[in-house]
Amino acid sequence: MRRPKNKKFFPQFFALLLILLVLVSVYLFCDVSAQTLNYNIPRRLGVLAAIAVVALSVGVSTVVFQTVTENYILTPGIMGLDNLYIFIQGLTIYLLGNGTFNMMASTSHFVFTLIVMMCASVGIFLFMFKLNKGDIYFVVLSGLIFGMAFGGLSSFMQVLMDPSEFSILEGRMFASFNRINMDLLGIAALVSTAVSVWMFCDIRSLNAIVLGRRQAIALGVEYKRVVLKSLIVVALLTSASTALVGPVTFLGILVVSIARHIFPTFRHDILIGGSILTGLCALVFGMLATERVMQFSVPLGVIINFVGGLYFIYLMLKVKRV
Amino acid sequence: MISFEGILKKYGKETVLKNVAASLPTEKIIAFIGGNGAGKSTLLGIISRLLDPNAGSVCIDGRMINQWNCRELAKHLTILGQSPNSAARITVEELVSFGRFPHTNGTLSEEDMKIVGEALDMTGMQPFKNRFIDELSGGQRQMAYIAMAIAQDTKYILLDEPLNNLDMSRSAGIMKILRRLVKEKSKTVMIVIHDINFVSFYADYIVALKDGELRYMGDADSIIRPEILSDIFSTDISVEKFGDRKICIYY
Repeated sequence: MRRPKNKKFFPQFFALLLILLVLVSVYLFCDVSAQTLNYNIPRRLGVLAAIAVVALSVGVSTVVFQTVTENYILTPGIMGLDNLYIFIQGLTIYLLGNGTFNMMASTSHFVFTLIVMMCASVGIFLFMFKLNKGDIYFVVLSGLIFGMAFGGLSSFMQVLMDPSEFSILEGRMFASFNRINMDLLGIAALVSTAVSVWMFCDIRSLNAIVLGRRQAIALGVEYKRVVLKSLIVVALLTSASTALVGPVTFLGILVVSIARHIFPTFRHDILIGGSILTGLCALVFGMLATERVMQFSVPLGVIINFVGGLYFIYLMLKVKRV
Repeated sequence: MISFEGILKKYGKETVLKNVAASLPTEKIIAFIGGNGAGKSTLLGIISRLLDPNAGSVCIDGRMINQWNCRELAKHLTILGQSPNSAARITVEELVSFGRFPHTNGTLSEEDMKIVGEALDMTGMQPFKNRFIDELSGGQRQMAYIAMAIAQDTKYILLDEPLNNLDMSRSAGIMKILRRLVKEKSKTVMIVIHDINFVSFYADYIVALKDGELRYMGDADSIIRPEILSDIFSTDISVEKFGDRKICIYY
């Protein structure tokens, strides 16, 4: 029974792959002249690699997060996990100060932030679970508030900061699709791939968690362990993507909702694969549009947040309950 | 055999279960009865490890519940919560196949598919197997979930108010399926029901709770008595003979 079901989504996958292939080759080879070849192709390959890491991180983290929180509206981005990342990064620069910080390469700073981020987000989640055992809506709501608080705190900290420290922070923090943080590409790719593979070991348990906490436990899923692991994975993946291109609040909801339409299934291997592919297509297309058609006049992040935000409002109106 | 002792459960400051202890018989339909808030669902949740008690212990087949491996226990005991539902796109057949989850590592064998097919036949869900569960009526969905519990093929099946919001024929249909499970497959079914006449007609054994205490426990015949039922539900209930059965009147 499982075998033919796998084939059911083959046409969709094939179509998406085809679209992706066309988009990628257009992006790579369109208007390259012999003179600019040596500059353009490596630069574009770098951008594509970064986009791949972002698509992987956002696809996996959003689907996993929606499964363990049993809702299809909220995402790590909307919960403000990316704000937490930026807050931690700013905090370390602020506390350690200029001298220590200059010695820290951006890679080690990233790894350090990653560890703090993991502990902080798991700590916050555990704290909220303890406060209100098992009520995921409470966790989600508090997460929204925490996210806003972190956003506010990081802007407050930036005001307090020494101007020279702030200039360093600015360089590392305000990454965007037009200013991808290429220094971190290697480490971010490594982290996001490793973490995604780690999550894939529990893919069957995630499928069962779709039935809800009670039914998952009745089927023998180690619910607490899988949920905790999922939250760690979500924190790490969000960090990786935020480090590369900065916060893109509504990318996750946009990509995963489209993927859910194309692949109407509960199976996480298909859903996650589909989300990653959809994310790749959307991002490469967006890159093409902003770089070539609009000549960098509008940043891609703004477009994604605009479209994604509109879609989010539509979802809220349609579902009417969280 | 399932037994428990000294079970205490509090929600905040409110005590829902006070020092509840019992050891339950096997291969019977065991009904948990009592008014709203008597602690029936909570007790069922504690027996099935969905809830942790504040004090006390549950013992299943000679082993404490926290010494069981999650997956091993899922081969022996399953629970179906109140009005189960999922927003995900799952077909009936996929849902019932989830019942084989603790028994397999991903791919379903011929044997597994046979068990899934039997569960679909038994509950009459075979014609709907390719429908999505969110497109079914409440009764059909309940039946699909019961089929999943049957496919899990556990010795103990716990059901929390499976007759909620169902019409008479479907309610009776579910009770008949449960009877068959006990008779033909030697299962032990524990069930929370509100309709006392379904209890009287189908249950073998009754556990009666009131205000978080276990008041009465025993064979159905010894509990279906006007004085006991009136005490449990705090209302006048008379019991009349109906053939070789008893019928309760409380209107």
